[in-house]
Amino acid sequence: MFKAEAEVLKTFVKGGIHPPENKLSDKSAIRDLPLPKSVTIPLSQHLGSPSRPVVEAGESVKTGQLIAKSEGYVSSNIHSSVSGKIAKIDAFIDSSGYKRKAILINVEGDEWIEDIDRDKKLIKEFSLSSDEIIKKITESGIVGLGGATFPTHVKLNIPRGKKTEYLIINGVECEPYLTADHALMLENGEELLVGVSLLKKALKVKRALIGIENNKADAISHIRAIAKGYDGIDVYALRVKYPQGGEKQLIKALLNREVPSGGLPIDVGVVAFNVGTTLAVYEAVQKNKPLFERIVTLTGKSVKEPSNFRVRIGTPISMLIEEAGGLPDDAGKILYGGPMMGKALSDPSIPVTKGCSGITILPESESLRKKTEPCIRCSKCVSVCPMGLEPYLLMGLSQKNLYERLESDKVLDCIECGSCSFICPSNRPLLDYIRLGKTAVSKIIRPTK
Amino acid sequence: MSSIFLYTVISLTALGLASALILFLVAQRFKVHEDPRISEVEEELPAANCGGCGFPGCRNFAEALVKSEDFEGLYCPVGGNETMNRIAELLGKVAVAQEPRVAVLRCNGTCEYRPRTNRYDGSQTCSIAAALYGGDKACEYGCLGYGDCVEVCKFDALHMDKETGLPVVTDENCTACGACVKECPRNLFELRKRNKKDRKIYVACMNVDKGGPARKSCSVACIGCFKCFNVCPWEAITMSNNLAFIDSEKCRLCRKCAPECPTNSIIETGFPPKKEKTEEEGTGQTTVVTDNNTEKDKND
Repeated sequence: MFKAEAEVLKTFVKGGIHPPENKLSDKSAIRDLPLPKSVTIPLSQHLGSPSRPVVEAGESVKTGQLIAKSEGYVSSNIHSSVSGKIAKIDAFIDSSGYKRKAILINVEGDEWIEDIDRDKKLIKEFSLSSDEIIKKITESGIVGLGGATFPTHVKLNIPRGKKTEYLIINGVECEPYLTADHALMLENGEELLVGVSLLKKALKVKRALIGIENNKADAISHIRAIAKGYDGIDVYALRVKYPQGGEKQLIKALLNREVPSGGLPIDVGVVAFNVGTTLAVYEAVQKNKPLFERIVTLTGKSVKEPSNFRVRIGTPISMLIEEAGGLPDDAGKILYGGPMMGKALSDPSIPVTKGCSGITILPESESLRKKTEPCIRCSKCVSVCPMGLEPYLLMGLSQKNLYERLESDKVLDCIECGSCSFICPSNRPLLDYIRLGKTAVSKIIRPTK
Repeated sequence: MSSIFLYTVISLTALGLASALILFLVAQRFKVHEDPRISEVEEELPAANCGGCGFPGCRNFAEALVKSEDFEGLYCPVGGNETMNRIAELLGKVAVAQEPRVAVLRCNGTCEYRPRTNRYDGSQTCSIAAALYGGDKACEYGCLGYGDCVEVCKFDALHMDKETGLPVVTDENCTACGACVKECPRNLFELRKRNKKDRKIYVACMNVDKGGPARKSCSVACIGCFKCFNVCPWEAITMSNNLAFIDSEKCRLCRKCAPECPTNSIIETGFPPKKEKTEEEGTGQTTVVTDNNTEKDKND
């Protein structure tokens, strides 16, 4: 049924858009970013409750040392990304735009904890059991590196009564500009495939599908060539369409299965991980290396050298910008993420966190919002919504605070991809209001705090 | 010919009468018995349907009043004690008197005191800006200035001051319905006891950061220095989260705290200017001082 040779490009059915790709940094090899003078490691870099610090100001830490422990089931461990002294634990502004608790570490040298195997040699063999792999992943503080930052160990613990049939590895990278996953697949393909085998073992599934969009032909052929040496791992080229990297869209594209409204991929027998997460799993299990660095794209039309960097978590974004040739003169906005889902930053000192796959610098002429005009009922937003929602309606309901109707019109299904705001000819802030309504509705359903 | 008219008139009249009879019987059968006092009470209410009482509209509140035994927790802030007493008389009950209150904005971070750190070009509403980030000014606790509160005020008691970028409460229009309190994403509005001549003393700051960072982000921020707390003879001031709070119920308007504040974050309005020797004669002569003037004088 799923043959790698059959070259009919798959994609998802409902909606979707084709924003300009602008993959400026796709030829750039991954560079190690020099160590910063200090790092700010936020305690809340993942979905779920913030971690609890286990170190105190003045203490010395080594690279890879546990500095904050997971607090609750949906939470994650955090490790020091540098060696040095803890300066203080205080509130610092982070990508949320607000001051939140973080650990500030002044860097002194680069001494790693002894457990980590720093040898670059590929270790293919593993003899660990499923539970042992999950335990290592839990301890290493791995979260979804595609951007959602959902703790990986939670996804791996399959609830009772559910059956996993397929493992999906997400190498789609549909967000314009960003190339972090692309670069990773080209340079760490071997490690990635071992990671896939580890996840297969952890989930006890026989088949894994790797989905890559067709604009990354080199990555597809590269991964395909390596995958030949593995059983039950197939690589699929996908037609380019945004937001194919969304979990639900990718499952639809690869398996033609639709995740029910309010459900999870596991409801259709699937668990999906990003390629970055998969590589982190390889490093955690085979090299004992916890998650303290990731690949980040620094890009933009007027950036001198759009590049892919391997960055320690907590490095200020300003340092990446310097390393890529400095802030361009015409810079209008610095986006945390890509242009579709990214968020404009208010301060360049904001640190890179686990969920940061790229930084996009937009020139002023492109970044400013256009004047909002009245809705002309063209229903373009309805036709592009990949979840089959009616964005114009949801926006209206959100403006009027009609929460019950928002709920019954499935506002919680919105994946916040921004296709509606992108396509709107009247430049209406559709996603802004939908997000507002979504937050309000989910607060009513699940009152927290 | 005339017989056709006659038959028509007779048959239609009969039909009309029969229908009227059926409707009358149905109305008798399904009659809704409603306490007539509800309508009477509703007449007395201000008919603003503002929701300040906690009910969706005046009629719902009237129903609750009629059902209630002792008016516990029921109060119409718009009508005030006068209306409540009238209703109580009507229903033969005793109203629970409440002090009239007024909304105040607990932020004084004008453009002058709170530097702009970035530019926001998203939707010009506070709710969306607050959902996105800490705002385009240095303090993430302060007023965003897009006027969601002005939008929800049904009594024309709020307007944006273009110069300061902050909303201004018009005291005589404010009914303390609490719509702005609910709307503000930063929780900057507070309903305080209304004093004689609309005199007020309050801490116009919600910044819970420690002194240094708070001062850095806004020059009139409360830095939690305890100076006002120490000087208050009425124990009206409480300190928590690096922030002073003056309880309007306990405050006797003695004005001892305001001069103590090193950052001028305590605002006094409605008072005649203090006679000080350093003050110029021109300003000393003004007897009625508007809110803006007092603030400016203090901060000079």
